[in-house]
Amino acid sequence: MTAVMQARLPAPARLRDPMLPSLYRLERLQWDTRDTFSMDLLPQNGADMPAFKPGQFNMVYVYGVGEIPISISGDPGRRDVLIHTTRAVGTVTRAMSEMKVGDTLGIRGPFGTAWPVDAVRKHDVVIIAGGIGLAPLRPAMYRILATREHFGRVVLLYGARTPGDVLYRRELKQWRSEFDLDVFVTVDRATGSWRGSVGLVTQLIGRAPFDPLNTVAMVCGPEVMMRFTTLELEKRGIDRNNIYISFERNMKCGVGLCGHCQFGSVFVCKEGPVLRYSQMQHLLSKWEI
Amino acid sequence: MNTLEPLLAKHPFFQGLESEYLKLITGCASNIRMNAGEFLFREGEDADRFFVIREGSVKLELFSGGRGPVTIQTIPEGEIVGYSWLFPPYRWVFSGRAVTPVRLFVFDGLCLRGKCDDDPKLGYELMKRFSHVMMGRLQASRVQLLDLYQVR
Ligand SMILES: Cc1cc2nc3c(=O)[nH]c(=O)nc-3n(C[C@H](O)[C@H](O)[C@H](O)COP(=O)(O)OP(=O)(O)OC[C@H]3O[C@@H](n4cnc5c(N)ncnc54)[C@H](O)[C@@H]3O)c2cc1C
Ligand code: FES
Repeated sequence: MTAVMQARLPAPARLRDPMLPSLYRLERLQWDTRDTFSMDLLPQNGADMPAFKPGQFNMVYVYGVGEIPISISGDPGRRDVLIHTTRAVGTVTRAMSEMKVGDTLGIRGPFGTAWPVDAVRKHDVVIIAGGIGLAPLRPAMYRILATREHFGRVVLLYGARTPGDVLYRRELKQWRSEFDLDVFVTVDRATGSWRGSVGLVTQLIGRAPFDPLNTVAMVCGPEVMMRFTTLELEKRGIDRNNIYISFERNMKCGVGLCGHCQFGSVFVCKEGPVLRYSQMQHLLSKWEI
Repeated sequence: MNTLEPLLAKHPFFQGLESEYLKLITGCASNIRMNAGEFLFREGEDADRFFVIREGSVKLELFSGGRGPVTIQTIPEGEIVGYSWLFPPYRWVFSGRAVTPVRLFVFDGLCLRGKCDDDPKLGYELMKRFSHVMMGRLQASRVQLLDLYQVR
């Protein structure tokens, strides 16, 4: 290699130990629903905020309690804050929900594969989320909206348990009012004043406005929901190579070392969590792997 | 030609139905509008009709003491509402109510049952279409029963 070429090379980046958490300070904790909250976090000790791609996750470490994978739910275009949306279900997530502004936690990441937002320009995009599954898809929505002119029709189909469990209400309302977005929300059960749709999110697919021959679908939710959703998408005529799903598996290292997240032959932390349906289809209907 | 016939022909539920049958069933149909909140039918009443939604959406409700009306499902444009006219004792099990202003075709169940009895081929054709809708809704209800979004 010539000296001139060498001079142009950037200084080698200092390699971070992927197993070593960075300190983040909690700036804000806001309850989105009865059991789900969003955290705004800032890196400490003058560290930079790492860039992330829509669909990637961090390993979040609550000191003295434990470490879990949580998707990044903020805007990939913003580098001033890290946002995680978490449902309080057990030991670590509850401990997170009890943290106070100013408390610190450890973050490793971002890890994993991303929604192929930039690779699917010129296509119609249908985003289908169930429950907390909207959190990992929100960054994809932000990214699409930031470069809206590059996409065909953009449709968001979202299913939640009850009207009170609908995440990001304010944003959904705003997206709904945009002329170039089709947003449909449905709940499994409703009483009283809910004027929206009641029924499974899969039932919205049949009439959603997209051209199946030129559509890419991104799906995240409970596995059974994803199974029925992919079936419905195929019925509508979307090629299974154009369907992407995000998988959840228990994780320890998050970087492909321990095998904890293995699903069939796939290490979900490294080859996933976002995977092509065609690659995972044979595993989706298996009871246990 | 009855003016409803071309409109019916375009509706997804009747797509591909032979024109002779379309003509036959058009004789049992009329075109109505309803305002948001109006009942198409009420739980417990005689079920002598079914509805095809042209525009707007309809919800199926069940009244539950203490909780008031619970919405079981909303049915959007392009779908059909009501199977109770098909089976004895021909009584509505749920109430059907317009969520938005709706435009509907309403079919006289007695008239249609008569035509299906007279011509089993028509009966079979319609039954296939109803079964398909019912199967979809049954599957959806089964998945709904799993309460997917609940903490495991
Ligand atoms: C790649 C990836 C991304 C993720 N992103 C998010 C995210 O953005 N937001 C989020 O809230 N969660 C997310 N999860 C799930 C999250 O990691 C788990 O909810 C978390 O590990 C639970 O830890 P815990 O200690 O609080 O619960 P535990 O004490 O381990 O479990 C307590 C109870 O909760 C149940 N439980 C555990 N996990 C889940 C779950 N995922 N859903 C429902 N019930 C569960 C268990 O079966 C058990 O009954 C993600 C998981 C993966 C693999
Ligand atoms: S979590 Fe260790 S290999 Fe995936």
